[in-house]
Amino acid sequence: MPANQIEIILSRQLADSLSIPVFLTDTEGNLLFYNEPAEELLGKRFEETGKMPVSEWSTIFKPIDESGKPMPPEELPLVKTLTFHEPAHGTFWIESLTGEKANISVTAYPIIGRPDRFLGAVAIFWKNKT
Amino acid sequence: MIVTIWGSRGSLPSPSPENSLYGGNTACVQVSQGDTLLVLDAGSGIRRLGDDFPPGITKVDILLTHLHLDHIMGLGFFMPLYLPDMTVNIWGPTSTKESLDTRLKRYLSPPLFPIRLQDLPCQPHVFEINHSEFEIGPFKIKSAYVCHPGPTLGYRIENGRSVVTYLPDHEPALGSSNFPNEPDWTSGYDLAQGADLLLHDAQFAKEEYLPRVGWGHSSVNDALKFAKLAEVKKMLLFHHDPSHSDAKLRTLLKGETERQRFPFEVGIAAEGDVLELS
Repeated sequence: MPANQIEIILSRQLADSLSIPVFLTDTEGNLLFYNEPAEELLGKRFEETGKMPVSEWSTIFKPIDESGKPMPPEELPLVKTLTFHEPAHGTFWIESLTGEKANISVTAYPIIGRPDRFLGAVAIFWKNKT
Repeated sequence: MIVTIWGSRGSLPSPSPENSLYGGNTACVQVSQGDTLLVLDAGSGIRRLGDDFPPGITKVDILLTHLHLDHIMGLGFFMPLYLPDMTVNIWGPTSTKESLDTRLKRYLSPPLFPIRLQDLPCQPHVFEINHSEFEIGPFKIKSAYVCHPGPTLGYRIENGRSVVTYLPDHEPALGSSNFPNEPDWTSGYDLAQGADLLLHDAQFAKEEYLPRVGWGHSSVNDALKFAKLAEVKKMLLFHHDPSHSDAKLRTLLKGETERQRFPFEVGIAAEGDVLELS
């Protein structure tokens, strides 16, 4: 397997160092990494889930909108960022793999390396007080 | 392919009697085959290459890893730049905003230097590269950004039989939580994998590295770990700290090789070294 590019390597290192939940994907949306705070929110260790395609992670955590309806993947901030290569933000509910519901805000941004190479995306999660 | 070291010092030229064995000139390495001559970085060592320039060569390609001063300070003192009939191509990293040409002109213009880049008799051609693959003569060259502050490239040069990898300023341990155990999460791995010769940053002793994490350089210990991960055949420690004497460099390497055996040949890059690869 080819090594990841330096921008992705350093993004993972930053995520690994933070105490806020962070997701990291490649350009296709394949989940490359999520950090320990994200593991707590999602209910599963990254070592257990491993790398996941977008079709899997976008449904596995059961995102639900404010009215209680399941959210289609294209409505998720991280999927919007992957599609349009632009930052995106949203607030919704998720049900973790342990069945716990949480209201979260997500800010996603594209990783664009020198010179204008789209390399992937990062999503930062905030668990809202409800 | 013949690899000649013209400068292996890092950061600052450091001529002194204590450094006479490994040399005090900053980064410059010549890679030659037939009439093709590549120059890796234009540190102060490039001046001697210019003085000893092989007769009959009419084209030279200078591949810059980055624009920190120790890697470009010799450029204006490279004799072939003053030959109108010499073709000089300068390759270097793309930045986010300013062109390579503009950034080079910051140095090659008054008040830092009396002669402007555009006034050099050879009229050099400047090419920007990033994650690139290209050919010069018999060489296939791959460049990629590596872990070092500012846009910095590493190079992998192949001639169909041998591979030399040049990572003079590189801190792979910074970008890895589990260094050196994950090749796909290690900066520079693809460039170095299986190389016949690796020239790699080894600026610091282990205890010197700890207060300098993030400065973009490696300890000797980390450099050796990286070489082992990449399964290179031979490695030369490069970018020696200006304060490290010949004796200190030998002590650092001896300390590592006494602690463990490495499955590759390891040495200290010295000015004047000539290595012949098939």
